[in-house]
Amino acid sequence: MSDLTQRDLAPASLRVRPARSLYAGNARAVMFRGWRATRSTNWLVMVSGFFEPIFYLLAMGIGLGTLVGDVSTEGGQVVPYAAFIAPALLAVAAMNGAIYDSTWNVFFKMQFARLYEGMLSTSLGPLDVALGEIMLALLRGALYAVGFQIVMQALGLNLSWWALLALPAVLLIAFGFASVGMAITSYMKTFQQMDWISFVMLPMFLFSATFYPITVYPQWLQYVIQALPLWHGVELVRGLTTGAVDWGMLWHVLYYAVMIAIGLVFTTKRLRALFLD
Amino acid sequence: MSEVRRSRSAAEGDAYRDPSAMDAASDVTRAALAAGRNPRRWGAWYVAEHRFRVMRSYTGTVVVAGIGSPLLYLYALGVGLATIVDGSVGAEPVGGVSYLVFVAPALLASAAVTVAGEEFTYPIMLGYKWNPTFSGMHAAPIRPQQVADGVILSVAVRMLVNAVLFFALMLVFGAVPAATGFLAIASAVLTGLAFGAVLMAYTSTLEEDTGQLAMVMRFVVLPMTLFSGTFFPLTVFPIWLQPIGWISPLWHGTELARVFTYGYPEPIWLTVVHVAYLVAMFAVGWVWARRIAVRRLRK
Amino acid sequence: MSQPVIVARDLVKRYGEFAAVDGISFEVAPGESFGLLGPNGAGKSTTMRMVGAVSTRTAGDLTILGLDPDRFGPEIRSQLGVVPQADNLDTELRVRENLLVYGRYFGLPRKLVAERADELLAFAQLEDKGKAKVDSLSGGMKRRLTIARALVNDPRVLLLDEPTTGLDPQARHILWDRLFRLKEQGTTLLLTTHYMDEAEQLCDRLVVVDKGTIMAEGTPAALIRRYSSREVLEMRFGSDRNADVAGRLAGIGDRLEVLPDRILVYSENGEAELERITGAGLHPITSLVRRSSLEDVFLRLTGRSLIE
Repeated sequence: MSDLTQRDLAPASLRVRPARSLYAGNARAVMFRGWRATRSTNWLVMVSGFFEPIFYLLAMGIGLGTLVGDVSTEGGQVVPYAAFIAPALLAVAAMNGAIYDSTWNVFFKMQFARLYEGMLSTSLGPLDVALGEIMLALLRGALYAVGFQIVMQALGLNLSWWALLALPAVLLIAFGFASVGMAITSYMKTFQQMDWISFVMLPMFLFSATFYPITVYPQWLQYVIQALPLWHGVELVRGLTTGAVDWGMLWHVLYYAVMIAIGLVFTTKRLRALFLD
Repeated sequence: MSEVRRSRSAAEGDAYRDPSAMDAASDVTRAALAAGRNPRRWGAWYVAEHRFRVMRSYTGTVVVAGIGSPLLYLYALGVGLATIVDGSVGAEPVGGVSYLVFVAPALLASAAVTVAGEEFTYPIMLGYKWNPTFSGMHAAPIRPQQVADGVILSVAVRMLVNAVLFFALMLVFGAVPAATGFLAIASAVLTGLAFGAVLMAYTSTLEEDTGQLAMVMRFVVLPMTLFSGTFFPLTVFPIWLQPIGWISPLWHGTELARVFTYGYPEPIWLTVVHVAYLVAMFAVGWVWARRIAVRRLRK
Repeated sequence: MSQPVIVARDLVKRYGEFAAVDGISFEVAPGESFGLLGPNGAGKSTTMRMVGAVSTRTAGDLTILGLDPDRFGPEIRSQLGVVPQADNLDTELRVRENLLVYGRYFGLPRKLVAERADELLAFAQLEDKGKAKVDSLSGGMKRRLTIARALVNDPRVLLLDEPTTGLDPQARHILWDRLFRLKEQGTTLLLTTHYMDEAEQLCDRLVVVDKGTIMAEGTPAALIRRYSSREVLEMRFGSDRNADVAGRLAGIGDRLEVLPDRILVYSENGEAELERITGAGLHPITSLVRRSSLEDVFLRLTGRSLIE
């Protein structure tokens, strides 16, 4: 309560707003809180998240793989089915984790726990909060990704040394989804609206060259899929783990860079509007 | 002493037929005995009515998900994935039919399981604890068993609606060659309820959700969906792994649906086993859920 | 004379070794307003749950409307209106819908329930809130809606478990007014409270409960007469001096109570006692003469303050 100073009580028009009110360079504090909260409540749930993509890999890659045999990638390379879907599952896991952390989790903290109100009444700025939450989500995502890649390695699904770069690629994907997810969540008001997020995720998950090449679709549908973010993520990671690397992959990186920037701008704007104005 | 009383209260059931009670009764007592009649008979239905009203507040979600997700799954797997499966191995490993025909009944059954996963988890926690409407029902003349019955009844209806929509889309996709196909609707609802009743009973035992429900989703529902002969026949696994499928209600439900939609060849005794397994599982879950309702609401 | 609505004899409820209710007996006559008064954990709510036919007694006899709740739960509950301690309105439904759904639990026809819902919304002063979400209501409004819901079956007996706990003073007075109207219409009220003023406002008769047993029984006025005096003089000499001063007050008033923060003098005439004390050269920092209340009765009976 003592942080409620004259600054907060003064009319908004009189307040000076230096860049520091946006970002105090202390996103660590937000991360630290999140890490403590995770550890004290649901660390088992957190650990369990690692198994989800593994289950998919075993069922679809190994089980379904016996029916499918080999598949050819976008670049025309012929690979075993498990090696085809493993990178896609990695990208999907990055998306799911980031979206969960930045939507449901953030929504709850914002609407019910009123956590951000408390944080923003200290010296922390909205960008600290946004970055802190996103970084925490990325940390988690990185742990899962490392675990999954070890499994991939054990099953012989990393076909090239380029696969080492899949980890930063996964973090890029997670960052992109987390910042956009958080921006969208900050505009949400009810649980019903939150449900719509899953409606967007499901088709992306099913259609983005996850389980088979998009060439099976009519041309117009391929364009739609290529406009959506997950396809870029899947192609990026798949290129790296199968070793089919070329300069064109930088377009995927650019796509995510733009996503991150847009997401952060809107999140920061919105948090300021919600809690500081 | 307390044990005797408890069992009597659990048998609250037949007391109103007791004639000795009627004789000595005053007007007030007689009025009470008369007013108890409707709730004793229809209580479960009143609970279901309440649940329908709650579901109506998210009709949009139910309808969009009810039509949208079958559409997406049928197209992505039955058409998209089918291109590479059919192209690679042909019809032989999946019982002599196209992959669409093979996978569609499985998707139907797992859609019912998904509804069970939604309706028998958080809404149950909500009713017992977070927004204890179940205590409210019990404070009115509804018996705890009727609360459980009513919830199950309402979810069964929602499952039926979802299954009918799903089946209609299967017809549109041309995924149902056999005339007995419509029976798959019933088998899907049975599958959903078999798993759902046990899930409801488990959720009812939880005093607090510290992540157990998320764990159930991850370690029960997801593996069940993936390893129940859904996307590929269970027989691709070595024989020692196949029992995992046998205990799964979804495997029994899926195989049953396949028998109905395309005449999947299996011995008749196995079909009977599928039905018996699902019915038994539902019965166990149902009785268990009722017991816990009594225990929790009559503390 | 009509038979009592509620008869409890040596009522016991045990949870394992712990006896939440330990041999309570009381009767409530039709149209009477009866209170259970006591601190948190005294066994009030447990008693209410047994009377509400949602909790099985461990021992003793209990009849409600001439029926045994262990066997005739639904029949008894069909004649009760229950206002639980914590609101359990369905937050997923709207205000009027809560009444509609609840009315159906009693097996009432839809049309009748719809009519009653409108009457009750008026009674609860929520006419313009019918389509509102429950969560958007204030605490007092939710309480009123819960009471309206409890009345949907036109109950003979209304059970109220701490009806005004957590409400602001204005909301409490609105609620008391509504409850008083019901009492005037002849509804039997059974209520628990830990507020003295509430008990004095609403109860014809009450029992003081502590640790699962009844400490005293009677009308509020009779209890005050028996266990307290007409007036109470409260004085503060400062926390460190109270005990010291008390030693020099022997012979003053009917009785003396030394609390950590103040001294209470029970007497027929508080002003006169205060004069005697100041006359003796003792000057309290603050002093107050007031009418004796049930709080004093409780203090006398249990030797400790009621709201801890």
